[in-house]
Amino acid sequence: MTATQVQANVRARRPWTPSQIVLTLLGTAVSVVFMAPLAWALFTSLKSETEAVEVPTHWLPKDWTTQAWTAIFDTGNITNWFVNSVVVSVCVTAVVLLVSSLAGYGFARTEFRGKSALMGLVMAGLMVSPAVLGVPLFTTVQQMGMVDTYWGMILPQCAPAAMVYILYKFFQGIPRELEEAAFIDGAGRWRVFFTIVLPLSRPSLAAVGIFTFIASWNNFLWPYMVTNNPDLMTMPNGIATVMNSYGIQWAQLMAGGLMAGLPLIIVFVFFQRQIVAGVAHTGLAGQ
Amino acid sequence: MTTSAQTVIAPARAKTAAHTATVRRKQGFQHGGWFVAPFLSLFALFVIWPLLRGVYLSFTDANISGDSANFVGLDNYREALKDPLVWDTLGHSAYFTLMVVPCITVLAFFLAMLAHHIERGKWLWRLCFFAPFLLPSTVAANLWQWLFNPGTGMINHVFGLDTPWLTDKSYAMLAVVVCTLWWTVGFSFLLYLAALQGIPDHLYEAAKLDGANAWHRMVHITLPMLRNITGLVIALQILASLQVFDQAVVMMDFMPGPEESTRTIVQYTLEEGFTSYRVGYASAISIIFFVIIASVAVARMWLLRKREEGVR
Repeated sequence: MTATQVQANVRARRPWTPSQIVLTLLGTAVSVVFMAPLAWALFTSLKSETEAVEVPTHWLPKDWTTQAWTAIFDTGNITNWFVNSVVVSVCVTAVVLLVSSLAGYGFARTEFRGKSALMGLVMAGLMVSPAVLGVPLFTTVQQMGMVDTYWGMILPQCAPAAMVYILYKFFQGIPRELEEAAFIDGAGRWRVFFTIVLPLSRPSLAAVGIFTFIASWNNFLWPYMVTNNPDLMTMPNGIATVMNSYGIQWAQLMAGGLMAGLPLIIVFVFFQRQIVAGVAHTGLAGQ
Repeated sequence: MTTSAQTVIAPARAKTAAHTATVRRKQGFQHGGWFVAPFLSLFALFVIWPLLRGVYLSFTDANISGDSANFVGLDNYREALKDPLVWDTLGHSAYFTLMVVPCITVLAFFLAMLAHHIERGKWLWRLCFFAPFLLPSTVAANLWQWLFNPGTGMINHVFGLDTPWLTDKSYAMLAVVVCTLWWTVGFSFLLYLAALQGIPDHLYEAAKLDGANAWHRMVHITLPMLRNITGLVIALQILASLQVFDQAVVMMDFMPGPEESTRTIVQYTLEEGFTSYRVGYASAISIIFFVIIASVAVARMWLLRKREEGVR
């Protein structure tokens, strides 16, 4: 398609009113500002280490080279960290989806002794995070002998009160009649949960899953506290500690950073609608 | 014969059937303990137990190895309240919060208005404004450390400055704030965008018929309709900003920054626990910090309830 054709198509859809022109120009300018740091990272990663720190600095590499990219694969543990990140985030997401949907349903629909007190406890748990109670959490995990293990990295990330609360709110909104009809037909409640309730909740589960995955993939503080072993580190952790520790090599650091960030950005491009709905949904549920 | 037998049996059957149905329907919702048990066991181990343990440890002189902790009463709390570093680092976190929260709220609203009102390429604006949020905090921090680097960084180059961003007390926290704005505004932006899309069109159409211009429509329709979401954005940002740690330490190479100006309360707590091995003292600071965080959350709930009552 030629440029004129594209323009013709666009024009056919909506007119360029003066206010749209101004807004689009403004949007473009802001977007350039937002994307510039990422472009700067990409260009830096394609320079040689000496060119990266040259003064005066310049945007585009004079000699385009993939030296930094090959170097991080050859010398570092970056593939290791990548695999660790995938293992940890996938496990955390799977466990969180299972336990928080069960718990959300239990709190929303079923009766048991001490329910309201326990729900209050979960609400209080919204305020606890590794940043607030890192030291006692670490000594607890240490007592369990899980420092420097996958278990120690994964399990403490698997009890997010916020996700239970979001799904609790959602399950409360499902009409009871559906489940009642199934009970009358003689279905057990586990069957009702897995074959009727869960399929109805797909968008909410997607939201919780996506959000948990982003949070876990990007989590720095907890893996940083719980492991010093370079073989066990995740991407954010390895890049921040090992790659920063002996004379920073900027081109390599930028290449590593892009490698940690790009998977989620690519996923975002493809699943944009679901992710936007998911973030909006998880966030708005807090209202 | 058959007919009379049927007429006798049928109501009885119908009665038992109805009875079983009620029983089944009720039973379906009974004894839900097993649904919540898996979550609650993880929650007890990794949230409630550390919280209780933190309270216990804060009354002892425990060290990191966990042996021979003595009960010291309120000594840790007394020391913490007198420790200038506790107040300094709390101040740094509060200063950071005061700078970030208003900026991020306004910026997120502005970006959402842009993305909502530009008719073409909506997905592109969303991608550009949200993408930084998908980076790990440490990557965003390294990137801005590199951008703010005085000699080789792009910021000074582009703006023709010679500012020692990361090594001067008066600029260091500002650099951390700028990095945070770029990195996290996307989340609040999406919340605003979703809220804007939820405002019914007929409100604007009615206002247009009444001759309201774009500015009036924003002030009298958009802003009031966004009140709840603004409250949510501000509350979430306050809670997240008070807990700032990642960006500050990574941008300052895991040091406290120039003249310790970017050392936050979280960083100080972790240093006391993991570097000075004073687990008891670190726990006491953690508990004080927890009380602060909890008061913010409770204050928000109180405000919400008060507003609801006001509406009624």
